[in-house]
Amino acid sequence: MRAFPVLTLLAAAMFAYAPIMIANAPFESTMGLVQKIFYFHVPSWFAMFTGAFICGYASAVHLFKGSRNADHYALAGAEIAVVFGLLGLITGPLWARKAWGVWWEWDVKLTLALIVWLTFLAYLLLRRFGGPGSEKLAAGLGLFGAANIPFVYYSVNWWRTIHPKTTVVPTLGPGMRGAFWFCVAAFLLLTGLIMAARIRLERQRARVDDLYLSLED
Amino acid sequence: MSSNSRRRILILAMLLIALAVGPAVVSAQQQPPPKPAQDEFLPIDQLPPGETLPAARLLIAAYAVVWIGLAVYLWSIWQRLGRVEQEIADVTRRVQDAQAAERPRPAGGAGR
Repeated sequence: MRAFPVLTLLAAAMFAYAPIMIANAPFESTMGLVQKIFYFHVPSWFAMFTGAFICGYASAVHLFKGSRNADHYALAGAEIAVVFGLLGLITGPLWARKAWGVWWEWDVKLTLALIVWLTFLAYLLLRRFGGPGSEKLAAGLGLFGAANIPFVYYSVNWWRTIHPKTTVVPTLGPGMRGAFWFCVAAFLLLTGLIMAARIRLERQRARVDDLYLSLED
Repeated sequence: MSSNSRRRILILAMLLIALAVGPAVVSAQQQPPPKPAQDEFLPIDQLPPGETLPAARLLIAAYAVVWIGLAVYLWSIWQRLGRVEQEIADVTRRVQDAQAAERPRPAGGAGR
């Protein structure tokens, strides 16, 4: 964990520099200024998807191999999915209010994103209030939530929707592309750091449980 | 139940279904076709006048939500880590005390 402070400083510097890059990026022709929400909105969802995939994969390992370490990864991933998903769900309507004239639309993409976010919220609630054995039930939920992520991402291409398509990102102009990928890198670096901190927290909690057990013995 | 009353119930059910589904079908036919999804972002050099102010509030709100949200979340992780490490220190001390109490006392030291 020697790299943790260095990477934390790097992430802080990237987040401090990101607004400058975003301010210098060109305006989009139809949406204008409000389109700049894109530079934090989409990376928030990328971070959410990362957390969700980690949760899904670790849940499968925990279910089939009974690994306690995988369970720590799954819980950390689910929390990241909920936090970054919430940021995406708040910034999206702020963008939509200006771009579409409505805060929310029961569009396939938006509805699926909300359902997946609720699935990971249910995972966390189950872990918090489910009692002994809830980690196995939650693992099934985590696996199901992660399996829905490709549907959220590709829904704009498969169904008729007002949300911009996935082709937007590969076709970004030079000024937009740099700022966007810089923000994605900053968000993913932060996701990695939060993941490391959360796994450490879960390991320490497991250690506390072990210590209480040894005290009872 | 007689066949007459059964037939009456069936007709009533069919009427209710027609009443429920009918307006939905008519309104679906009257709806304008949805706008096609945007498949690329085109950059421009200048913003149209009058466009900046209302959007600015939404933009600032979005960035504020992300910054404040992340700051609160990082602070909560920091707090939780601090609490659990404090708990580890406390329980470790209790385990060590319990082990020391269980250890048999040296025979020479007894009776003093």
